[in-house]
Amino acid sequence: MTEATSTPTPQAARPLPADWRDFYALTKPRVMSLVIFTGLCGLLAAPGSIHPVIGFTAIFCIAIGAGGAAALNQWWEADLDAGMKRTAQRPLPDGRMAREDARNFGILISAASVGIMGVAVGWLAAAILAVSIVYYAVIYTIWLKPRTPQNIVIGGGAGAFPPMIGWIAVTGDVTLMPILLFAIIFMWTPPHFWALALFVQSDYAKVGIPMMPVVKGEASTRKQILIYSVLLVPLAASPWFVGGAGAFYGIIALALSLAFLALSVPVATRRAVEGDTMKPEKRLFAFSILYLFALFAVLVVDRVADYQGWPIPGVNL
Amino acid sequence: MTPEEETEIRRRQKSRNLVVGGVLFFFVILFYAITIVRMGD
Repeated sequence: MTEATSTPTPQAARPLPADWRDFYALTKPRVMSLVIFTGLCGLLAAPGSIHPVIGFTAIFCIAIGAGGAAALNQWWEADLDAGMKRTAQRPLPDGRMAREDARNFGILISAASVGIMGVAVGWLAAAILAVSIVYYAVIYTIWLKPRTPQNIVIGGGAGAFPPMIGWIAVTGDVTLMPILLFAIIFMWTPPHFWALALFVQSDYAKVGIPMMPVVKGEASTRKQILIYSVLLVPLAASPWFVGGAGAFYGIIALALSLAFLALSVPVATRRAVEGDTMKPEKRLFAFSILYLFALFAVLVVDRVADYQGWPIPGVNL
Repeated sequence: MTPEEETEIRRRQKSRNLVVGGVLFFFVILFYAITIVRMGD
């Protein structure tokens, strides 16, 4: 994949003015829901308090920042999206929107998210939000995705910023805990995505994106899923080890991570055969989503229970 | 441009204008609330 193939080209004929629903679709609302959840968890788990209006503004800025980055991603990858069944119906490849409209919309809401975050919440949170947008839209989308099969590993960083930003919105500084929350999502992304990549026939190879199962093969991908799952076990429990969360969180995090590991072992030790139903891969993928939601929800319960003095055993630091 | 296209463009412009109006109203409320909170700091 060369840069030339993904460089935006002028439209031959300008389509009809886009419907507002197309702008909404450009923000990848389903991805945004995970971003909102993890950002909110970071905000709620952080020590200290934040006014509800400022907290709402922080989450709103994280959400529209992610939406802006998603719009810029689709602006840049419109040609690639047109060549893949899964993405061909998006507003740009489907011809429902002019390309420059998507770019301008992406820039506008990205800039608005950073500006509002800076003015209303704090400039450190705004700076990290800006880094996360540039990381996804430029470093991941434009630079690394078409060049390396490690794109998912690196791209995982983009999804790992929201809890860190939510945390910093409350505390105003970068400490070990938000870095650990970042690292947990970073380490979770490769096994989550590669489990999906093993059972979904994607068109990435057709458009020249070097995804791991295509470039390094299925066996290598399965082995790497296991490696990341092993690393996730101590990492997920590390907030407990460093004294950032209680035993309540630590023990549940260990149990969830060991279940994740147990589900990744059959994925790593098998090979798909003709007509394979790919049950272990589907099971791991489904559990990985539940895992992340549960892990962050438990962290919030652990921290809020400690701050509020709720009688839950193991939450006190 | 056909009359059908003309009608569709007008319909889209109208719905977009309504959404933009709603978004601007939301921002008015949001900035008002932020200002009140910040003044209390």
